[in-house]
Amino acid sequence: MEMIHSENLIYEYDKRDEEGNIIGTNRAIDGVNIDVPQGSFVAILGHNGSGKSTLAKHMNAILVPTGGTMWVDGRDTKDPAELWNVRQTAGMVFQNPDNQIIGTVVEEDVGFGPENLGVPADEIWKRVEDSLRAVGMLEYRTHSPNKLSGGQKQRVAIAGVIAMEPKCIVLDEPTAMLDPNGRREVIDAVEKLQKKKNVTVILITHYMEEVTDADQVFVMDDGHIVMHGTPREIFSRVDELKRYRMDVPQVTMLAEELRNRGLDLPRGILRREELVEALCQLS
Amino acid sequence: MSIKLEHVNYVYSQGTAYEKRALKDVNLEIPQGQFVGIIGHTGSGKSTLIQHLNGLIKATSGTVYYDGRSIYEEGYDMRKLRGQVGLVFQYPEYQLFEVDVITDVCFGPKNQGLSQEECERNARWALDLVGFPEKYYKQSPFELSGGQKRRVAIAGILAMHPKVLVLDEPTAGLDPKGRDEILDQVEHLHKETGMTVILVSHSMEDIARYVERIIVMNHGEMMLDGTPREVFSHYKELEKVGLAAPQVTYVMHDLKERGFSVSPDATTIQEAADEIMRSLHG
Amino acid sequence: MVRDITIGQYYPAESRIHRLDPRVKIVCTLLFLISLFIQNSLPGYVVATAFLGTVIHLSKVPLKYIVKGLKPVVILLLFTVVMNLLLTRGGETLVHFWIITITEGGLRTSVFMAVRLMYLVAGSSIMTFTTTPNGLTDGIEKLLHPLNKIRVPVHEVAMMMSIALRFIPILLEETDKIMKAQMARGADFESGNLIQRARAMIPILVPLFVSAFRRANDLAMAMEARCYHGGEGRTKMKPLKYHGRDRAAYAATILYMVVIFVVGRFVPFKLWIF
Repeated sequence: MEMIHSENLIYEYDKRDEEGNIIGTNRAIDGVNIDVPQGSFVAILGHNGSGKSTLAKHMNAILVPTGGTMWVDGRDTKDPAELWNVRQTAGMVFQNPDNQIIGTVVEEDVGFGPENLGVPADEIWKRVEDSLRAVGMLEYRTHSPNKLSGGQKQRVAIAGVIAMEPKCIVLDEPTAMLDPNGRREVIDAVEKLQKKKNVTVILITHYMEEVTDADQVFVMDDGHIVMHGTPREIFSRVDELKRYRMDVPQVTMLAEELRNRGLDLPRGILRREELVEALCQLS
Repeated sequence: MSIKLEHVNYVYSQGTAYEKRALKDVNLEIPQGQFVGIIGHTGSGKSTLIQHLNGLIKATSGTVYYDGRSIYEEGYDMRKLRGQVGLVFQYPEYQLFEVDVITDVCFGPKNQGLSQEECERNARWALDLVGFPEKYYKQSPFELSGGQKRRVAIAGILAMHPKVLVLDEPTAGLDPKGRDEILDQVEHLHKETGMTVILVSHSMEDIARYVERIIVMNHGEMMLDGTPREVFSHYKELEKVGLAAPQVTYVMHDLKERGFSVSPDATTIQEAADEIMRSLHG
Repeated sequence: MVRDITIGQYYPAESRIHRLDPRVKIVCTLLFLISLFIQNSLPGYVVATAFLGTVIHLSKVPLKYIVKGLKPVVILLLFTVVMNLLLTRGGETLVHFWIITITEGGLRTSVFMAVRLMYLVAGSSIMTFTTTPNGLTDGIEKLLHPLNKIRVPVHEVAMMMSIALRFIPILLEETDKIMKAQMARGADFESGNLIQRARAMIPILVPLFVSAFRRANDLAMAMEARCYHGGEGRTKMKPLKYHGRDRAAYAATILYMVVIFVVGRFVPFKLWIF
């Protein structure tokens, strides 16, 4: 069974002038077909304004398609009767860590989701503890979120989603506002969750280093999916990525530069060990 | 036009339970025209440091000299200093407030007491310098894309004709292309105007690509100060304090270990590629 | 700096007061505030001091913090003291020169007023220091629950309060940042007449409102994504339940009320004019 499945997904919104009159429509998503198998780690790349965040919001029924259909774990997100089931199945973590933490104490924030689901108190405590442990934030359970670093806040936000026991987590640029250490903390926590708890992970980002471990990568541009493949396949198409305002990891870039200078290196080198190994083969 | 910091110390919330020494005996001189990068993890004191440069924070002890004159001298014109040392904060688009782009950029020059025409002339010059298209001058700054907003905010500082431009994480939250565009623009205006540029960044790759000198801050102290090659050759020390060298530096070190005759201090892709080609064919 | 404001801050500690049900703390704080107004005599204040002192001791909140919490009311305090000292007449005149007359009654009233005000603030800050903001709003929600019957949206109001408490520090910090950013552009908030100063606030207020709306929007989305749909069908992670210690605290407070009422009214002990 596919966790996320969409067919010809379209999302349009009205363009308005200064008086609020509709002067046309914008198509943020234009005919997207996407399949995410249960338990996999999928990354969606794209520049700002490519439609990747809009697509993410469809997976949690924050937005519903104006055309085509989005199924989350077999449920049609357009069906109002399934709304809360969809949201529980696909939890969502947003970009700004400050603007998604509701509680004034870490554990109370993590408990917020289960409270909304009507989970009994004892069970909530158990889930809060488990989720905070899963992201390595258990020792901060009684702290105020305001005193935490960006990476820690994001891990609390992830714990808050995990506590709802979703089958899938959608992370909408969770690292865009963090420093490199915070980014690493968050990505490590997410990868651990995917492996240990078999949660489907959909990571939306524009940091290329974060997607090297993904099972599949989608690249979006102008509301379309323009590239799709394994990280290695995607990163071997450097020029194409550049055209979509994307980047490649510096190691891949160096390998590409060396290829351009005539060295016979394989395409799509992702890690520094691979590059060093390939160069050793040459000499 | 040089900046000099002598024995600068800064203590937050002195005398309370939250007391924290944010800067410890910082000594630093930045001559006019240099392109300097400041790196350090969150809380290392780099934001505190740059706010000393235009007098927004006053040192608990020690002195900041601008052109040989202490800015803590009685009667020193702080507003003039802020015009000369332009400081662009993180996420500067959050300071936009005017009805249209051009008026917003005029805010700084207006505060400097310039006439309407002068303000507008400076604003146009600044917007042009950051590559902001003229057809959007009359648009509300709130309707622009993230990258464009940031350009407008940077222009808002440039319009005051600063001699020193300090940028705190100017690329945070931008996509790769947006990031490269802003940094290329900054490099371009550094060359064009000869102004001193101080760039605070988390990205070692960016810093290595653009600056001629790197200052590393750690726990309020200046840990390292030198050219990118010098600083990144201390990559093991950098790692100990939660920083790192650019990826290519690691590749070069790995290669050297595996018997390649490369000098391991390359910090950019070009330098690294040159070294590898030389060692393979030389 | 704006960051130094301590009102409404929680002081994490393990103490008997911390463990009490928030409802107990709210009701008992109210009772304590009332107790300060039903009497006005030295013996009464001695009883109140003993009670407050015991509570502060039990709460393990350092006295330093409570004193710091008094800072914002210092101006109000001084104003009350001076006004009472100069304007209240009664009893013998203690000092008299030029147009200033201080009477026994004035001194008495101003000292008692000052103590009363300080105890009011100290008493309420003990409540906020020992109760998490969420605990407080939960307590208020539960206490006001009967109002639901007359269609007062108690849950929503409580939720709004707790969100406000969470975002006040964030918005204060943001104000600080925006002010600095505008100062870096040469803005001047300190000179000029009243109208000029009010105008100088525009570059702060516009970005602040824009940011507050953006945050509100983000937060609403994040809450919906976590299945928030109002108070209906919601469970509580920390449901409020009275324990033995809570009943004991109620009993102690009621006992205190009786004692202060009796002592304050019927013990005729006086020290000089107090």
